[in-house]
Amino acid sequence: MFRAVFRLSATGARSLARSRACYTAPLASRCYSHGKVESDEEFDARWVTYFSKPDIDAWELRKGMNTLIGYDLVPEAKILESALRACRRLNDLASAVRILEAVKDKAGPHKDIYPYLIQELKPTLSELGISTPEELGIDKL
Amino acid sequence: MLHLIAARMGSLMARRAAVALTTSSARMASHGREVSETVDMSRPMYWDRLDTPLPDKAYKDELTAADKSLKQKEKGPWSQLTNEEKIALYRLMFNQTYPEMKQPRSEWKTIVGGIFIFMGFTGLVVWWQSLYVYPPRPRTFDDEWQAKQLQRILDMRMNPIEGFSSKWDYEKGQWK
Repeated sequence: MFRAVFRLSATGARSLARSRACYTAPLASRCYSHGKVESDEEFDARWVTYFSKPDIDAWELRKGMNTLIGYDLVPEAKILESALRACRRLNDLASAVRILEAVKDKAGPHKDIYPYLIQELKPTLSELGISTPEELGIDKL
Repeated sequence: MLHLIAARMGSLMARRAAVALTTSSARMASHGREVSETVDMSRPMYWDRLDTPLPDKAYKDELTAADKSLKQKEKGPWSQLTNEEKIALYRLMFNQTYPEMKQPRSEWKTIVGGIFIFMGFTGLVVWWQSLYVYPPRPRTFDDEWQAKQLQRILDMRMNPIEGFSSKWDYEKGQWK
């Protein structure tokens, strides 16, 4: 459900109000003319599974992250946790930090999303030893 | 920034053509002063983009021995890395951080300035044309001629019902 809050399209509140009925139920249908619509939970689950692949390779990580960042939403904490663990399997700390930077940028003017995500990811970050950009001081110029 | 100004002063059209090419080496080629390094676009390239957090390849290809040993250390627990090492790993992989990418630039000032310069130059050209190129002003534009023309229109009663002469009061000799 949080994904509905995180939806960042330019039409913003207007579209949210117009299609409010479409967001309430988990398996709600959106205003498409045809085709089964994926719910927020299904979307999240699909991406968590993608990054959870044990032998994920670097290309798949890059492709997944770039595609995910291309969507008009801020990924849920569980998707990011899965992606960060994939970075760990690939021994790539730099990409893990980059993912956190990208997510902060995705939140745009909604300044409260990123601190919330960091708070949710804190256990994972300390377990894997990933420093946030703020801790490394690279969030400033 | 100075690079751009120099290019603008030098050869504007060449710069326009060079801007179309994305690599900075191609821009240097338009100067003809430096040897241009060709970029092999058939291989994965690196770029800093906000919407592409993980580019096709790492920023630094050639790793020194120190870099390689750091990469080895990266395979172990990351909590054992110091902040400086983590930053070094980041900089090996990426060129600019997100804040660095989002830095405001002054390029727009050059562009707007260039626009105004061109518009000013065009104004000069137009003024010079009006002085040396245009034929003499037709006499039909003179105030005296225009007054006589107006009188003739009214005398001929042109468009007397709904148009021009209908607006003239012939008894009083003035506009209605």
